[in-house]
Amino acid sequence: MTLLGQTLITGLLIGGIYAVIAIGMTLIMGVMEIINLVHGALMMVAMYICLVLFESFGLHPYIGMIPAMVILFVIGYLLQKYSIERVFGVETILPESQVLLTLAMALAITEIIRLIFSSDYQSTYTPFSGKCFYLGGMSISAPYLVSFGIAMAFVAALHIFLTRTDLGRSVVATAQDREAAIYMGVDAKRITNFTFGLGTALAAAGGALLLPVFYLFPDVWHPYLAKCFIITILGGMGSTVGALSGGLLLGIAETFGATYWSPGYRDVVGFVIFILVLLFLPGGLKKIIGR
Amino acid sequence: MVKKNWFLLAILGLGGVAVVAIPPFLGGYFQHVLILIMMWIIMATAWNLLGGYCGQVSFGHAVFFGLGAYGGGLLYLHWGISPWWGMIVGPLLAVIIGIPIGLITFRLRGAYFALAMLALGETFRIVFTNWEPVTAGAVGILTSRTWGGEKLPYYYIALAVAALGIYVAYRLIHSKYGYYFVSIREDQDAAEGLGIPTTRYKLYALIPSAFFTGLAGAVYMNYFAYIEPHTVFNLSAISIMMILAVMMGGAGTLWGPVFGAALYTILSEALRAVIGPISYLVFPLIACFIIMFLPDGIIGDWDKIKRAFSRKEPVYAGGE
Repeated sequence: MTLLGQTLITGLLIGGIYAVIAIGMTLIMGVMEIINLVHGALMMVAMYICLVLFESFGLHPYIGMIPAMVILFVIGYLLQKYSIERVFGVETILPESQVLLTLAMALAITEIIRLIFSSDYQSTYTPFSGKCFYLGGMSISAPYLVSFGIAMAFVAALHIFLTRTDLGRSVVATAQDREAAIYMGVDAKRITNFTFGLGTALAAAGGALLLPVFYLFPDVWHPYLAKCFIITILGGMGSTVGALSGGLLLGIAETFGATYWSPGYRDVVGFVIFILVLLFLPGGLKKIIGR
Repeated sequence: MVKKNWFLLAILGLGGVAVVAIPPFLGGYFQHVLILIMMWIIMATAWNLLGGYCGQVSFGHAVFFGLGAYGGGLLYLHWGISPWWGMIVGPLLAVIIGIPIGLITFRLRGAYFALAMLALGETFRIVFTNWEPVTAGAVGILTSRTWGGEKLPYYYIALAVAALGIYVAYRLIHSKYGYYFVSIREDQDAAEGLGIPTTRYKLYALIPSAFFTGLAGAVYMNYFAYIEPHTVFNLSAISIMMILAVMMGGAGTLWGPVFGAALYTILSEALRAVIGPISYLVFPLIACFIIMFLPDGIIGDWDKIKRAFSRKEPVYAGGE
């Protein structure tokens, strides 16, 4: 019973962090309707920015995430405006060339980071990272809990932004129906650039939240990118509520797989969910939740 | 037109004679590069059948490559049978596993298909790494080379397989099947409306594609005599580079992948020799520029390149 509770709590806490990264992705995919493979690499860049801030100024990643988010917003905005925009909607034999473009960008960014920081594993270890407290025999890691709290705060703030502000509503409108949004006077191109920046900033936040508990190296983003997709497909494109529930669900499912099956197959659980959802629940949880 | 055809035939003939007759006089390293070129030609041509002609962009062809390599590897590991049997068993294994994969994933369209294949590729890599009793896990399988340090026999085998691959692709795309493939790529709903059983024809494209990718894997396994899951099921080094080679040359053309594969191999080897580790950065950047400026590849966008150099005003076929 303790093991079950432990697995559930660990899965829930890690799932919350996944959800923040995945909400960034779901916004981008919802608005642009292309598959964005550069997301994970940008998250990794944010993690390195936090690392530099930690090492040179002693800023804890929880504080360093704010400048990191601002920088990543600008990077995302510029990438979208000057590069991805160009191939968006160009007639070619294979329209998937956009996907390949974002992937090539991700590989290039990884190599740039590798040239600067080398492939070594690094971490921002503070005494806080090892802290945990006990609740009825189950240990709860303090940094996980704090990260989860910050993650949920971001999700709540984003939800308010998307439903209450003019800019947020334009983003939602563009995601729901691009053409109709344009007729209603929304500058869809500007909104797309903005959304790309916003989504990337959220990825930066997620990366910073992972930093106190994980190691960092240039290829760290591969599994997180995969998780983002699984969550986006599971939750439904463009749906923040779907991405939140998808993230928590994936976190729990993975942890259960790791505990009761084998830690080596942890990522396979996600892929199996991914393919099952694609086949049997196209549209994702959005269809069930209804928003 | 007749004159031009003769010209092309002459070039092809000369090229054919050159690739058969010249390698024995080259050094070991160049023979190695030529073997790599032939391997990539096989893979790019195979990917092009499904991706370029049928429009089903797969981000997980490393599955078939890996299975092709492991077919022979597993025979050797468990029963000590010569890995050359892998040249038959590997591709067959790739096809046998490929058919159910196709039946499941062909229900998805466009980018979703690409993602599902990507997920499958990663799943196979993880399973082959963790399923130690059967696959020897991350340790990999070490076999012995039949001809020791001699490279020439491997080159001729790879060349023969590449020639066979191109021939099969040529025959397929100039038959009824080829036109069906293109119609599925251009508009799946319209193709369905005209009575083409699209899923079945996608499978017909997948089977030779998986077979030849598996065959390339088997050649790899026999030539390098060592395989491990992380190299043969690699996403960025196999699946993605296969697409890149095709896109550089031109998807949906017969000679595009051949040209692209040769260019890719020569570029990556030359860059590595000249500028060292930075080549890993230069390569994706080249890919970015090709996709941004030549989305149909060098062969596919040949007219665009010619126009850019001759500085003539572009001629629009449509009503622009």
